[in-house]
Amino acid sequence: MSPRGEMRVWLAQRATAAVLAVCVTVHLVTLIVAVHGGLSAAAILGRTRGSPGWMTFYAVFVVCAAIHAPLGLRTIAAEWLSWRGRAADAACTAFGIVVLVLGFRAVAAVTL
Amino acid sequence: MPRPEQLLHTRVWRGGTDGQFQSYDVPRQESQTVLDVVTWIQRRVDPSLAYRFACRVGMCGSCAMTVNGLPRWTCRTHVARVAPDDRLEIAPLANLPIVRDLVVDMREFFDKWREAKGQFVPTATRHDPIARVCPDSPARRAADAAIQCIGCAVCYASCDVVAWNPKYLGPAALNRAWTLVRDERDGERRQRLSAVVGDAGCHACHTHTLCTERCPMHLSPTTSIAGLKRAAAIAALRGEL
Ligand code: SF4
Ligand code: SF4
Ligand code: FES
Repeated sequence: MSPRGEMRVWLAQRATAAVLAVCVTVHLVTLIVAVHGGLSAAAILGRTRGSPGWMTFYAVFVVCAAIHAPLGLRTIAAEWLSWRGRAADAACTAFGIVVLVLGFRAVAAVTL
Repeated sequence: MPRPEQLLHTRVWRGGTDGQFQSYDVPRQESQTVLDVVTWIQRRVDPSLAYRFACRVGMCGSCAMTVNGLPRWTCRTHVARVAPDDRLEIAPLANLPIVRDLVVDMREFFDKWREAKGQFVPTATRHDPIARVCPDSPARRAADAAIQCIGCAVCYASCDVVAWNPKYLGPAALNRAWTLVRDERDGERRQRLSAVVGDAGCHACHTHTLCTERCPMHLSPTTSIAGLKRAAAIAALRGEL
């Protein structure tokens, strides 16, 4: 990849990291509140299903994770395993797609 | 003050990459530097010991070696500070090919300065009036904070990313590029930024600050590299990169 492409990759990873920081915090706080409030699975699903807000929130979360995590793995592969180039990029893209598909399945399960 | 009969148990790297440490007992002296120890061995025990130095006062940047595991400028490193138990292990700098004994091949280190466009590109000629640069401007202050590099490669030897990615330009070359990016008289800012972006450039830095911690001139290549990342991001958003 060109140096300019690498810079875009870096920017994408930083930008998604910033969004993920917010998403993870909201997600964890929600979890803790739900558990402390003694909400049952059914009660939680009752609030998330059909809610455009939660659907958007988790869709953004999944998209950012699907960008951020493979780019991090790509750097680790390059630096620790000296695995660089097309094959490494393809493997990371494939991993990103897996995260995206699994993530959206989960979003659909709790919000549709 | 050390007693005159007190000995410093010194192990010095001899040979090339496949060499080994050899032991020497060197008399302790007051205010003795690590470079003094190496010079004593070379003058009194084995004249074939290869090492590099020039100024002996921390200006030329040629005397850096690995001392008890850490890269240091040896002419300004006092034995008393780094070898409290009178044991000293002196090896060539890491991350550079060994030529022989304590001498490393600095070519790739300085080639990378060129790759990072480390030379000033003037926008005026000798016939123009001398440029007036306000010393208090933020750009000049940023450049001044990074300008006193002596090219010793201590930072380069400290950096894990250099070890992991041999193409990485490294802290010193990027620090140099930053001083020019902030130099208002320079004419190739955009080309320089394109030369230092990417995974061989500033974007490979993990900001783990080992270079900054070890730099004998107390510079902060980490800050310079962060500045390059910021400048590159702004230039990219403006469509200049
Ligand atoms: S801060 Fe960057 S340049 Fe300095 S040692 Fe760490 S990775 Fe290397
Ligand atoms: S930045 Fe510091 S450690 Fe690195 S070469 Fe310059 S003076 Fe030496
Ligand atoms: S001999 Fe010049 S810096 Fe040490």
